[in-house]
Amino acid sequence: AVAAGLLKPTAAFASDRAAFDAKGVDAVMKAIKATGAADSKDIVVKAPDIAENGAVVPVEVTSNIAGTNSIAIIAEKNATPMVGEFELSNGATGYISTRIKLANTSNVRAVVKAGGKVFTAAKEVKVTIGGCGG
Amino acid sequence: MMLDSKQVLAGNAPSNFYDIPAFGNVSLMHITDTHAQLMPIYFREPSVNIGVGGAVGKVPHLVGDKLLKHFNIAPNSIDAHAFTYLNFEQAAKTYGKVGGFAHLKTLVDKVRASRPGSLLMDSGDTWQGSGTALWTKGQDMVDACIELGVNVMAPHWEFTQGAERVMEIVNGDFKKHGIDFIAQNVVTNDFGDQVFKPYVMKSVNGVQVAIIGQAFPYTPIANPRYMVPDWSFGIRDDGMQKWVDEARAKGAQIVVVLSHNGMDVDIKMASRVTGVDVIFGGHTHDGVPQPVPVKNAKGVTLVTNAGSNGKFLGVMDFDVKGGKIKGWKYRLVPVFSNLLAADKKMEALIKRVRKPYEAKLNEKLAITEGVLYRRGNFNGSWDQLIMDAMMKVKGADAAFSPGFRWGTSLLPGDTITMEHLLDQTATTYSFSTLTEMTGQTIKEVMEDVCDNLFNADPYYQQGGDMVRVGGITYALNPYEKMGKRISDLRLNGKPLAANKKYKVAGWAPVAEGATGTPIWDVVAEYLRSVKTVTPRKLNNPRLIGVKQNDPGIADYIASV
Amino acid sequence: MAEPMKIRATLAGDVADIKVLMNHVMETGTRKDAKTGQLVPAHHINSIVATLGGKTVLQAEIGGAVSKNPFLGFKVKGAKAGDKVTVSWVDNKGDKNSAEATVG
Ligand SMILES: [Mn+2]
Ligand SMILES: [Mn+2]
Repeated sequence: AVAAGLLKPTAAFASDRAAFDAKGVDAVMKAIKATGAADSKDIVVKAPDIAENGAVVPVEVTSNIAGTNSIAIIAEKNATPMVGEFELSNGATGYISTRIKLANTSNVRAVVKAGGKVFTAAKEVKVTIGGCGG
Repeated sequence: MMLDSKQVLAGNAPSNFYDIPAFGNVSLMHITDTHAQLMPIYFREPSVNIGVGGAVGKVPHLVGDKLLKHFNIAPNSIDAHAFTYLNFEQAAKTYGKVGGFAHLKTLVDKVRASRPGSLLMDSGDTWQGSGTALWTKGQDMVDACIELGVNVMAPHWEFTQGAERVMEIVNGDFKKHGIDFIAQNVVTNDFGDQVFKPYVMKSVNGVQVAIIGQAFPYTPIANPRYMVPDWSFGIRDDGMQKWVDEARAKGAQIVVVLSHNGMDVDIKMASRVTGVDVIFGGHTHDGVPQPVPVKNAKGVTLVTNAGSNGKFLGVMDFDVKGGKIKGWKYRLVPVFSNLLAADKKMEALIKRVRKPYEAKLNEKLAITEGVLYRRGNFNGSWDQLIMDAMMKVKGADAAFSPGFRWGTSLLPGDTITMEHLLDQTATTYSFSTLTEMTGQTIKEVMEDVCDNLFNADPYYQQGGDMVRVGGITYALNPYEKMGKRISDLRLNGKPLAANKKYKVAGWAPVAEGATGTPIWDVVAEYLRSVKTVTPRKLNNPRLIGVKQNDPGIADYIASV
Repeated sequence: MAEPMKIRATLAGDVADIKVLMNHVMETGTRKDAKTGQLVPAHHINSIVATLGGKTVLQAEIGGAVSKNPFLGFKVKGAKAGDKVTVSWVDNKGDKNSAEATVG
């Protein structure tokens, strides 16, 4: 682990940066060592049905899987789908909330690592051009 | 009640039309989507309002005879005119104009007199829709609502006055006069804090009534986002459930939602959120005579929608005994201005706010030979006129006009004044545009808007109508998936080429930084030049998949 | 890049609910400048570390797909009022920032 508050420019787990250049979901899953992740109903991906702003889409992931120690977020239709991976320790619960960019209507996928296993769930977010109204 | 001398004009209106017997001990009045119509107007209900998914052929997707039959309304009656488009021209002449805040005020006062302690709620779309609302930044409507005695309000188009202006009114005039502006689903973009009060608790004749506000969930998508840059919206069922539970825990005996979701969204929300007695809805402008009961895990929620343009006043009476609702009665009362004397004070207020603008409002632009109206899923004669004007003035191949559901109607022989034109076009971003679009882009735009109307899941519906299309003919299947609903796009009979560029006129762009001549100036230029507007031929899509007997469509003529 | 971060840390039972707003352009490197037509170089936070009461509770690797002025929310069990929260980030150019707050 990195010392509190003193992060070096060389990232904590720099080897995983490859995931950010990976094109396509499969390549990202491979890069974050999550290939074959099992679909899980114990992961809740909360995101709006329709994005208000594709540049700022709120995403909340809650993992009810015991021993959850990492949550990754993937925007499937982005040119480079990897959004981020969040490692949890010392009492941090299986919960991450952030805001992401979506280029198009896309699944937002969460990948959870717990007890050496990987699990996944997704929620589709629609990106529309807007206009009109009642 | 006593009818005034204009009663004679009111055809076969029963003399006791506004005798609404009181019932129970808690009464809630409801208006919605008046769209700043202070004066009496004509308003034609839609003849095309197709339901999709679970809503095919169900309320509110009934028009004409089918609606009358469902609600047991006598054909050719005054109510038949109020709730349907049937025989519009003749019936409008017989029964006269509808709405007008001076007449509405008389009705509200009459209901209040027979129901002491009753509340008046407004589901919004109140500060937009007229020249005077645009020019006074909604102040005319704020003053009129204070005078009308509105107690609680939920918003949508209000936000197009800009976040700052909304806050100025909420913390100024509204606060001063005790009007609550409520919205549980608007939160700050930084830490997600509530922007407005999520709900208010009111004591009505000793009964605790909680009113929870729901703003239009898709305001930053359907309208310019830059007008509300620091706020996030959405449906937020979970938040709604939380506030319902909190209100109940604090002793609410009646829980109502004052909503601007639109009726299909309200019906879905009612099936998911428990503990709500009634949703008083707006946005989709459906004049629904009786509530739709919706079952959920813990009971039944009634869902209402109260039309638009000041045409209706909803009156809900509850009989509450021992903390429980024992019975209810609901009426959606049409406001016929010939049958309700104008309230003098309100009339004076309206005169005062209009005075500086009279010359502008009254400018005569042309005479119309046909009925001009807007409502309907695909096109209206007003929309067609706006598009014909845009294509002519701008030299465009085609035109798009937003599927707004507001906008008043005119009868054959009526003079089209600038006021009438502004009733169709007055928004804070009504710039006209001329864009080169490829055939492919045109299709993509149409598919995108079509999905906002016909997505089978109500939570994806944004409540407007289909973008009006001028110049280009097409076919449409409402039941298909996005990307597959629109087909056979043609210009002058020739299929659109995916890569070819076409000149498309439009107005009301939601993107930041848009500019252009106001659309009313473009249309006014056209009207002044033609002087007489011949009956419009509607460019209506050829429908695929819609059954001949679908109760949501009648008297439909496709243009191809 | 020394714009201040905003941290809000509230307590519900023994769970700290921590919300952080970081100030950063978060350029992906694939966006074209509207005026010049040139690609805007990538400039985004790479790594974030958060501690509570001196212990690391979260380490994140993020890229340009996180929105401008990144928001991060997380929850930590076993917290108590007065615990110190620290959040630090480093971006792809080596710029860094950190801030602290108290659970209350
Ligand atoms: Mn409306
Ligand atoms: Mn509306």
